[in-house]
Amino acid sequence: MSKMKVGVLYSRVRAEEKLLFEEFDRRGVDLELIDDNTLIFDITARGDGRRFRDFDVIVERCISHGRALYSLRILNDQGVKTVNTALVADNCGNKLQTTSALTAAGVPQPRCLVAYTQESALEAIEMLGYPVVLKPAVGSWGRLLSKINDREAAEAILEHKEVLGSYHHSIFYIQEYIHKPLRDIRAFVVGDETIAAIYRTSDHWITNTARGGKASNCPVTPELNDLCVRAAKAVGGGVVAIDVFEDPERGLLVNEVNYTMEFRNSIAPTGVNIPAKVVDFCLRVAKEGWAAANGWTNGGPEAKPVSLTSGASA
Amino acid sequence: MALKTASGTAECPECFAEIEVKNVMQNEIVQCPECGVDLEVVNIDPIELAPAPEEEEDWGE
Repeated sequence: MSKMKVGVLYSRVRAEEKLLFEEFDRRGVDLELIDDNTLIFDITARGDGRRFRDFDVIVERCISHGRALYSLRILNDQGVKTVNTALVADNCGNKLQTTSALTAAGVPQPRCLVAYTQESALEAIEMLGYPVVLKPAVGSWGRLLSKINDREAAEAILEHKEVLGSYHHSIFYIQEYIHKPLRDIRAFVVGDETIAAIYRTSDHWITNTARGGKASNCPVTPELNDLCVRAAKAVGGGVVAIDVFEDPERGLLVNEVNYTMEFRNSIAPTGVNIPAKVVDFCLRVAKEGWAAANGWTNGGPEAKPVSLTSGASA
Repeated sequence: MALKTASGTAECPECFAEIEVKNVMQNEIVQCPECGVDLEVVNIDPIELAPAPEEEEDWGE
């Protein structure tokens, strides 16, 4: 019996990629590392001309959302199984689309408004009431988040974004500010299970560990597991990291869903072998397909890609 | 495939310190213990380090 052939598409070998490479290596698979810096896709290839046709699964670990999304789209359209799928990347790589997908699935989250001009954005901000959080639709690691406390700050930031930013910075994603208890929750979902969670604690309102938030174990309660699994399914399933706020009145609210999750700081506090769980899932996708690996008996949620690169297949 | 790694020393291109690295892979990101800058392993035989690329707008999780 031939070995399973696994590809890992990557940009840089960070701690997470190395842990995954080592875990795949331990499983004895035929592992090929695919560097996206040197990759050339023949997007028009058909049949035997498709370079990746022999792979049982390709795992996406690009650092760039654009490269990840386009690569997954090409691979999925060529019939290659991937973790995650283009649909998941499409839904999670853009906060506006994540929020819309979560809303469609009835997942609780902070209130969010979208506007396209300075004037309408200011009106939206005042509809929510100060403070609000203005976020770029595409971005990560807490980059370019703005907590806006009053009208003067709102006017200044909106003007700066429209004048100095690219077109995408004039798609204003405005989120209600949640008065969370100096921490939020980062939960890791693999298929139909929340395998681990951490608290990210910080005196700053931005709690990302990339920005200095401290990680400690967070018990995975049935409530947290249910919420996170529903959120994961809403964006298309797979391997995702879900940021959750604890609202003093409304309870748990989903803030964001990340599809190329970073977990280096979460293995020690949780005691969970996260890369092993991810590799288990990838190998299950290779053997049984996406729906079975996610534990979906009815084929899973309906795909609704809406991005500028719409039509991504799963 | 067996993962190709290397151990040894290389010079930090930022502060010129001699850095010891263990079991590093091609394209691996390491941090200079002297100046703290992120470096990329651009060659493992011999080991060569270069400044890691600057963060871009759509980078992240």
